[in-house]
Amino acid sequence: MQNTGTMEAAPAGGAAVDGGYLLEVENVRKEFPGVVALDNVQLRLKRGSVHALMGENGAGKSTLMKIVAGIYTPDSGSFKLRGEDINLRGPLDALEHGIAMIHQELNLMAPMSVAENIWIRREPLSRLGFVDHGQMRRKTADLFKRLNIDIDPDVQVGTLSVASRQMVEIAKAVSYESDVLIMDEPTSALTEREVDHLFTIIRALRAQGKGIIYITHKMNELFEIADEFSVFRDGKYIATKASTEVTRDEIIRMMVGREITQMFPKEEVPIGDVVLSVKGLTLKGVFSDVSFDVRAGEILGIAGLVGSGRSNIAETVFGVTPANAGTIDLFGKRVRIDSPSTAMKHGMAFLTEDRKETGCFLLLDIQENTQMAVLQSGYVKNGFVKQKQLAKDSMEISQALRVKTPDMAEPIINLSGGNQQKVLIARWLLTKPKILILDEPTRGIDVGAKAEIHRLISKLAGQGVGVIMISSEMPEVLGMSDRIMVVHEGRVTGFLDRAEASQVKIMELASH
Amino acid sequence: MSTNEIASPANVIGSKKRLPPEVSILGVLIGIAIVFEILGWIFVGDSFLANKQRLSIIILQVSVIGIIAVGVTQVIITAGVDLSSGSVVGLAAMVAASLAQTSANPRAVYPALTDMSPIWAILAGLGVGLLAGTVNGSLIARTKIPPFIATLGMMVSARGLAKWYTLGQPVALLDDSFTWFGKSFNILGFPLPLPVIVFLLVAVIFHIALTYTRYGKFTYAIGANPQAARVSGINIGGHLVKVYAIAGLLSGLAGVMTAARAASGQPGMGVAYELDAIAAAVIGGTSLSGGVGRITGTVIGTIILGVLTSGFTFLKVGAYYQEIIKGIIIVAAVIIDQHRQNKRKKA
Repeated sequence: MQNTGTMEAAPAGGAAVDGGYLLEVENVRKEFPGVVALDNVQLRLKRGSVHALMGENGAGKSTLMKIVAGIYTPDSGSFKLRGEDINLRGPLDALEHGIAMIHQELNLMAPMSVAENIWIRREPLSRLGFVDHGQMRRKTADLFKRLNIDIDPDVQVGTLSVASRQMVEIAKAVSYESDVLIMDEPTSALTEREVDHLFTIIRALRAQGKGIIYITHKMNELFEIADEFSVFRDGKYIATKASTEVTRDEIIRMMVGREITQMFPKEEVPIGDVVLSVKGLTLKGVFSDVSFDVRAGEILGIAGLVGSGRSNIAETVFGVTPANAGTIDLFGKRVRIDSPSTAMKHGMAFLTEDRKETGCFLLLDIQENTQMAVLQSGYVKNGFVKQKQLAKDSMEISQALRVKTPDMAEPIINLSGGNQQKVLIARWLLTKPKILILDEPTRGIDVGAKAEIHRLISKLAGQGVGVIMISSEMPEVLGMSDRIMVVHEGRVTGFLDRAEASQVKIMELASH
Repeated sequence: MSTNEIASPANVIGSKKRLPPEVSILGVLIGIAIVFEILGWIFVGDSFLANKQRLSIIILQVSVIGIIAVGVTQVIITAGVDLSSGSVVGLAAMVAASLAQTSANPRAVYPALTDMSPIWAILAGLGVGLLAGTVNGSLIARTKIPPFIATLGMMVSARGLAKWYTLGQPVALLDDSFTWFGKSFNILGFPLPLPVIVFLLVAVIFHIALTYTRYGKFTYAIGANPQAARVSGINIGGHLVKVYAIAGLLSGLAGVMTAARAASGQPGMGVAYELDAIAAAVIGGTSLSGGVGRITGTVIGTIILGVLTSGFTFLKVGAYYQEIIKGIIIVAAVIIDQHRQNKRKKA
């Protein structure tokens, strides 16, 4: 990860920016029941350029991209591709017009091979009409060579890492000879090395004259890879600028519409007794001999590369995957944590990494999502839920967290990622935890909400909660933690105090 | 530029009060009834609805299915399925009947256990159902095999047990105190059979359980997202055992009612009831992918099935055609349901 404090000017690689626009979207409007998602929005994409879309969650970026990719039809507005007016009839139509979207949730069929995934629907056939696997393999290998991707075309997609799957998705998009490639937060699950590789590929595509639309929340990436960027706020278009002519603060101001004075509002709070003490914790094949203490009021950051076992340690402490060996002491007492409900009984709470998979009940409404964890221990009399009291308290906590919603009966699926995250935090705060484990608490969340969540974490620590925070974002770990534990390949490689911690020191410990 | 406020209400138009999903199903029920009424006057020269006897029979016919469907709905909300209900009805009917025989029967199953209080027969029938359901739930929770397979196994085995129990012989000559539970009563001039009352009672109890209790909240949570439910501290295995046990118990109850009404126990009782119960739940808006469904919808779905059967008979539509059309209506209901869900997911 790059240094975030300063800006990284001058996009690398000479972009061949000239000629007309590849894509021109003007005055686009899109309404959903209850919400105007886009209000007179525009976007102009140049040939051979990387165009970043910036904005808070709910600003309308994803909606706009879905319109460009043919998934949504706009209510009004004009849409020009290579100077010609077009009307997309669906995602397939968009693909045939040379617009490909690489989805945030990857759309690959895990049990099928890489080559089968790429050429699905377009399998090369032999004369007898059977699928010609040899040719399919060769075509895939050629494609990968062109993009400098090193993946075996015959391997099952399900066995690949997230990063490799993403490469396959990109290769698939390129195989359609698409001119416009849309990438929705492609680096959110990648390690630094993988990000570098991705950027190499993006630069190669740019040099070939493709236009790349790039949605991101990470400011560093904007300066590193984007030529231009457009900012959106509350469904409205704010501005388009070259990424060389602005500073980080100016962009934030455009996105938020106000100044964010302090990114990591860590407060100095008195640190109390040890509340959680883990010794020799081991989960076979995943991590071993992990020992650490957390004190009341302390924020323990856990840093490490994706796949280092950070999240697994948290899951084991919370009882999701009980340990094979080791001990856990809570408030000085030895306890056996064999399930999340045991962990909760002892005052623990765990905000998981994956909002969609292990966090939200997408079919249920905000109220139900908020109350689900606390029902274990409270608000129930003779089996009946004390709904009135619960609704009142949930509402209070949601308002304190500033969940942006018309009412608590709204299905959570209609909320933006940042607001969903706030609901999940509300769920755990309602249980009044004494130990709070946060796994990537601000992933995929906009700047404003991020700062709010950081402030909240600080406040909780101030109230004597022991906090464990796992994060891939170095500035977040450095800014928020009292101490940092670094994990590498399932082992703790070191602890750093707030005063001595730096990005370089963490990276040294994290990669050994 | 909004000042210090992230939540800008500018793009939030405000929420419309959503109608409960049952309203549309109720509309379907009323629509079907009206169609039969009109067709009745045209083809039979008679009213379909203005007939107390018929209305009572409509519900009576489906009340046993309805009792099962209330349990099956809860199972489906957890994203599971119960294929064993029909066989459990058969087994429970046999066991209950065998303990409700009169001494007038020279070949009673248990000659020493005749002329007993009906309570024993009823408890035995319920116990059989509860046991079968608990086995289903435990299998699913412990071994993690798909509910489809676990309950398929129970479906085959329970049917086998029902036949083995008397080596295929029906159990007849039941005590009047037991068959009383299948009788009708006149309530305000309206002939109301006891099975109907039991069905409605069961529906009310589990509507309340699903809507207002922790049991209900956890049932929805497990179906909506089992991983998130687990991390929220819900003991998924334990809860599933409860849900399947309740479904089994209700199948057992349905078996007891069936035996009481037929005044006999037959090993072939309840064949394919599980499919009607699943159909009733799904027509009523319960989603097979879990997390969605309400007892009120299931009750309406059950009544729709009853109205269809009764209406076709009233119009003298042949039995074969009845089945063909019923199948189409079930599929159509699911298509509409999916459409509804997609609309919900959008935005």
